[in-house]
Amino acid sequence: MLTLPRFEWVEPRTLDQLLDHLAAHAAESLMVAGGTDAVPNLKHRLHEPRYLVHIGRVEELRFVRDEADGLHVGPLVTLADLARHPVVRRDFATLTRAASLVAGPQLRNMGTIGGNLCLDTRCTYYNQTFFWREALGFCLKKDGAVCHVVPQGKRCVAAHSSDTAPVLITLDAEVEIRSRAARRTVPVESFFVADGIHNNVLAPGEVVTRVFVPARARARIGGYQKLRPRGAIDFPMLSVAFAASRRDGHVADARLVVSALAAKPRSVTGLDALLADGVLDDAAIERIAQAAAKQCRPVINIPYDEDYRHAMVPVFVRRALREALGLPPRAAREVVTA
Amino acid sequence: MSDRKRDMAIPSGRTMPSEERLTPPVWPEGRTAPPNGRFSLIGTRTRKIEGLAKATGQAIYADDIRLPRMLHAKLLRSIHAHARIRAIDASVALAMPGVHAVITGKDLPEFYGIIPWTQDEQALCEEKARYVGDAIAAVAAETELLAEEALRAIRVDYEPLPAVMSIDEALAHPERRVNEKSAEGNISKQVHLAFGDVEAGLAASAATVEAEYWYEGSTHTPIEPHCCVADFDSAGLLTLWSSTQVAHYLHRDLARVLKLPTERIRVIQPVVGGAFGGKSEPFSLEFCAAKLAMITGRPVKILYTREEVFYAHRGRHPMRMRYRTGVTREGKLTAVDAKIAIDGGAYSSFGLVTTYYSGQLLTAPYEMPAYRFDSTRVFTNKPCCGPKRGHGSVQPRFAFECQLDKLAEAVGLDPIELRRRNLMPANSRTVNGMRVTSNGFPLCLDAVERASGWRDKFRRLPYGRGVGIAGSMYISGTNYCIYPNEMPQSGVQLKLDRSGRATVFCGASDIGQGSDSLLALIVCEELGLTLRDVRVVAADTDLTPVDLGSYSSRETFMVGNACLDAARKLRHEIAETLARRWGCARDQVVLANGVACSTRDAAKETASVREAFQWTEARIGTLGSVGWYQTPKLGGDYRGGTIGASPAYSFTAHVVEVDCDPETGFVEVKKVWIAHDCGRALSPVAVEGQMEGSAYMGLAEALLEEQVFKPAAPHHGPGLHHGPSLLDYRIPTSLDVPEFMSIIIESLDPEGPYGAKEAGEGPLHPSIPALANAIYDALGIRCDALPFSPPRIMQLLAAGDARARWAAARPKVLARAAMTDAKRAR
Repeated sequence: MLTLPRFEWVEPRTLDQLLDHLAAHAAESLMVAGGTDAVPNLKHRLHEPRYLVHIGRVEELRFVRDEADGLHVGPLVTLADLARHPVVRRDFATLTRAASLVAGPQLRNMGTIGGNLCLDTRCTYYNQTFFWREALGFCLKKDGAVCHVVPQGKRCVAAHSSDTAPVLITLDAEVEIRSRAARRTVPVESFFVADGIHNNVLAPGEVVTRVFVPARARARIGGYQKLRPRGAIDFPMLSVAFAASRRDGHVADARLVVSALAAKPRSVTGLDALLADGVLDDAAIERIAQAAAKQCRPVINIPYDEDYRHAMVPVFVRRALREALGLPPRAAREVVTA
Repeated sequence: MSDRKRDMAIPSGRTMPSEERLTPPVWPEGRTAPPNGRFSLIGTRTRKIEGLAKATGQAIYADDIRLPRMLHAKLLRSIHAHARIRAIDASVALAMPGVHAVITGKDLPEFYGIIPWTQDEQALCEEKARYVGDAIAAVAAETELLAEEALRAIRVDYEPLPAVMSIDEALAHPERRVNEKSAEGNISKQVHLAFGDVEAGLAASAATVEAEYWYEGSTHTPIEPHCCVADFDSAGLLTLWSSTQVAHYLHRDLARVLKLPTERIRVIQPVVGGAFGGKSEPFSLEFCAAKLAMITGRPVKILYTREEVFYAHRGRHPMRMRYRTGVTREGKLTAVDAKIAIDGGAYSSFGLVTTYYSGQLLTAPYEMPAYRFDSTRVFTNKPCCGPKRGHGSVQPRFAFECQLDKLAEAVGLDPIELRRRNLMPANSRTVNGMRVTSNGFPLCLDAVERASGWRDKFRRLPYGRGVGIAGSMYISGTNYCIYPNEMPQSGVQLKLDRSGRATVFCGASDIGQGSDSLLALIVCEELGLTLRDVRVVAADTDLTPVDLGSYSSRETFMVGNACLDAARKLRHEIAETLARRWGCARDQVVLANGVACSTRDAAKETASVREAFQWTEARIGTLGSVGWYQTPKLGGDYRGGTIGASPAYSFTAHVVEVDCDPETGFVEVKKVWIAHDCGRALSPVAVEGQMEGSAYMGLAEALLEEQVFKPAAPHHGPGLHHGPSLLDYRIPTSLDVPEFMSIIIESLDPEGPYGAKEAGEGPLHPSIPALANAIYDALGIRCDALPFSPPRIMQLLAAGDARARWAAARPKVLARAAMTDAKRAR
């Protein structure tokens, strides 16, 4: 079978020990919690760290606290635990849905919310064995100098593939980041950058220590739609998250995120203008769907082909919006009489 | 050897080396009847005998075997699709501490191949690599990781050559010779056969349909990757444990390549975790592990990674198929004309047979007055294709059953009715000379039509939903051995002992399909034992008589017959003992469930089977017997006429119901009704498992799996497998499997063991065309090319007047149905 590379196993028991280790060896370390992303990537030699830092024993990073200002979630909470947490189910049902659509039950029992946010980007030319990548001639994300998706490209376009991140963005969530020296908080939306090689703002030595969903997002309606060939396992080939507050039949604070197309989830802009007077009716849904399609440009970084994925953007946007309104994915089937 | 000579060497009906063929014994009570008047175990729902060990993790697979001082080996593989190997420098690798040996093509120069006339493979390429992943060198080291690190230290000096990546390129560029053993250019095999006057038949047709179909290719994805362990002891005996489904053929090829006499080699097949045809010939790992064990004097294990399983491949061939088919106004087939191009990958494998099968296996269950096929297999720079469940005939069956659907529409017939009008009777001969005995196909059609509610659904469901029908037939083993000889195809030895136990020895390969359980069931049925009383020793070339292995759906029919004969011989001895003791007639003795008794006075004349064994041993000595199976002479009287000839054929019909999403192109299979004629279901659970597993596999090939390769691009060469992993090569999860309804049809074949025929491969065939036909019913689009993936469905929907075609197809059928209803009412 595929082997793991040689590494030193480091297992801090406290956040301080973890931050101390990273302060000294961040560049040579890979953090692993559930291992569902890191282990296959290690076997593919996508990471060849000197230290494999297992953070699963840092108990202070495992918590869910429901407080007046919002929901505080430790990065070590597994996707399974997050999805079934009663407060998440009640107030942030879309987050439960997104977390439940990650991979399969065994992987959700191991994979964590922190790991899902920090998930490495994916590309058909990157997520392959060392042998395969050697036959390819490698790529600019690892071991090589060229991009096979955009042959003249100088920037990696590997796809952001987290299911939970788009939903967290629509809920105005934030992440707390700590290093030996500092603590900072950034909105999840700003956490990601458009660079497939390293698609988040974490600097060497920094760790995500908390995910925070503000109380104002509690009452929001929302939807999450994921394009994948199978009923489980697959990463998204396209994902769409939507959320909005609803008052007196009108919607406000509408957020729409389309992802799995590029290195960074894309927030669709201009929603307020498209939602004339905050009325989310069929016409508005269609306007938003078409606007989203205009703003998104898939590339052939992951299957299916880019034309199909582009054609699916308005379809999945429509479905996410209909889901938020409690409607079935499609209007009723036409009945054709012979 | 020229192509012509190769053909001459194939045994045909006329040129069989001997007229004196073994024939199985004739039992006065017949082969189909139960030995005691009624069955006690056959036909009941029993567990597989090894099921619990597998479910609890106690079963020993090849990778579970760990011998003292065992080394691990890894193979170095080509990074080019086509390249000359100028030099290999392994000096750095050999100098690494813990590395014990490196071998290259020069160490194993002998060519081998499963078909004796097309031996074109070397365990390690000596002069040329022919696809990305072709094996070039092997390293044995203390650990797997060390072996892998040593591989990276080996320097190969390649001279890249222009590659051939498709059928068209292979034909257009004969000078880019992929395989030097080919007779000319990149042609692997050509077969042209014609029966009857095809052109006249087509000319006289009321309707003809001509269309081109594309089957993309698929691989087997057994959950257990290939694995073997080799041990070469101080006495010079080589033992190889391997996840193979053909221990006997592996035994022969090991001797050939390693230049060891066969009696110095023992091949043992441990529990195998799936094969589906992907383990039915020798592979590089087996030769390399054996050679490295001989060099190092230490046991050597090789376990392929999942990626390497994709490179070992031998999966279903891509085929481009053009069919012309005609029918009369009444819907009777007039003629079938097929032109088939087959992409074989880099080597021959079973390709000679595949090329014949692509035409020879289409001629039932429908009568064809005239038939012609022209099949060409080519070599390309891709992993070698071979036999996958339904070898060579799944692709043409897909095309042909879609043709029938189109013809039915052309002449305004329900597609089931069109099939009924072309049924071939039992005990008949196909247009290409195959003998068909039992035939339950009409019952299969009736069963799926009724169970699926066909008449209420076909052309009557709302847009997006639909049903489709297809039928098929398949062989129960082939009538000749892969290498010409006059010995039986299958042998069984049976030993009874005083403890009331039976041990059955047979070379059969249980790859999960249940041949071990089959042996146990038959012995129990004949000798009145319970399943706990039987031990099965299988697929160990030192201990078991030869069976040719688990391919061509041969085990139930051939092993079953051999076992039935061995057991019945002893049954008669035991019955004789009891008849003498009780003074009754032999046929008044019953053996069942551990008890022997007479039908005359069951209360008084009774004993345990164990006592019966002991009394018989006292009467005639140590109890043992043998049984064998050899096919009768079969097939058409022309060159290649034995290929496709089988002692019995199974038949299947499917109805598939789909719910399609016209916005996304996703096709959801709601339910599949499968009716399969397996002669007699010796183990209904096993038969149903095969029916469901087959349908699942066919649907997966049609909807999800993509065995494709990346073309050359600015920064890389051609031939990279699109995604050689189970994440990217998508087989269904449990959530993607529809509901199945399996209906067993029992036609009781006169030559099968208790009337049984195959069930392992036949039920796959109709699933793909039935699905394609259902999608047409649902959306008005013809899926003539696999896969039916969402992007493909959307392309077809966008391409034209699909919706209008869908609407237009409705009234015709509905009007006709109304007429039929009115007639019936009268």
